[in-house]
Amino acid sequence: MALHFELVTPAKLVRSEDVHMVVVPGAEGEFGVLEGHAPFMSTIRDGAVQVFKTEGAAPETIEVRGGFAEVGDNGLTVLAEHVEA
Amino acid sequence: MASLKELKDRIGSVKSTQKITKAKQMVAAAKLRKAQAAAEEARPYAERLSAVMAALASKVSGDDAPKLLAGTGSDKRHLLVVVNTDKGLCGGLNSNLVRAAGAKARELTAAGKDVEFYLVGKKGRAPLKRAFPNQIGHHFDTSEVRTPGFEEAASIADELVELYDAGKFDIAHLVYPTFKSALAQDPTIDQIIPVPSPTTAEDSDAVVEYEPGEEEILEELLPRYVKTQIFGALLEIMASEQGASMTAMDNATRNAGDLINKLTVQYNRSRQAAITTELIEIIAGAEAL
Repeated sequence: MALHFELVTPAKLVRSEDVHMVVVPGAEGEFGVLEGHAPFMSTIRDGAVQVFKTEGAAPETIEVRGGFAEVGDNGLTVLAEHVEA
Repeated sequence: MASLKELKDRIGSVKSTQKITKAKQMVAAAKLRKAQAAAEEARPYAERLSAVMAALASKVSGDDAPKLLAGTGSDKRHLLVVVNTDKGLCGGLNSNLVRAAGAKARELTAAGKDVEFYLVGKKGRAPLKRAFPNQIGHHFDTSEVRTPGFEEAASIADELVELYDAGKFDIAHLVYPTFKSALAQDPTIDQIIPVPSPTTAEDSDAVVEYEPGEEEILEELLPRYVKTQIFGALLEIMASEQGASMTAMDNATRNAGDLINKLTVQYNRSRQAAITTELIEIIAGAEAL
């Protein structure tokens, strides 16, 4: 099973895919989210979201600015105000 | 009776007007598709944000709720944020908006409230200023950017929140058109500040952990929510502008066509009449010899 990851900005849905792990720059420190993470919500600081497609693969980084992350039953949703293309 | 030359010039001028309206119609149709796509793309963010809002707002309530959610405790001073277009040639869209805003303002004034306006876009400025000369507060200019986007929405929202924090008003309403189709754009009035408490508070059994805390998150979330609302209104106005423009220009093109036909008939008739008169003159002259 993989983690469902969504990255949304006001302008559009940037990502919606199944990945292995995502590391999010939370306001109180980075945290990694794997499949089956407990429900969690955090604001995020400006920084890079690292997306690991598969275990051990090199991460893909996406710069995000302002927003928050929510982990629920249906995976991780990052609502960012701005995404560096 | 207009002379032949006058008629011909008139036909020519109507024809060139028709060319302009036709071009504008086609441009609007192309832009409408883009504006609708943009509105479509913005939906997921707004949906998720209000879902999160609903979950949080039901948890944080009572006295520790932030001011943006709980209100100032008074409902005396109202701010009407009216979103208009910057350009004309879009039928009755702007006048409908102005009328809706004016009706709301009069209703509030009749109830003994103070009303002030915050205007976005150029076209609403003049008529509202005429109707309510002393109540126009701020004006946000969107005419310099080609397509108002999230950045503009963010600066409008920041300004509103600042005014709110400074105690300039108690309740803000957003007046904007809802794009239904190219034919119908209904003016809508929504309260944006204080943020209306979501009614659909779904209870999830899962214990959600918050970082930093529920209140801190909510405090950050509320201005963001206001921004999203305004962004939504900007997208609606763009789609509505193009839709209304398309319909209005389609009508104008058709009317111009009708007018051209009418004028052409008139032109041909007078030409024929002139020829007939000339012939009669010649024949009469020949008979007299």
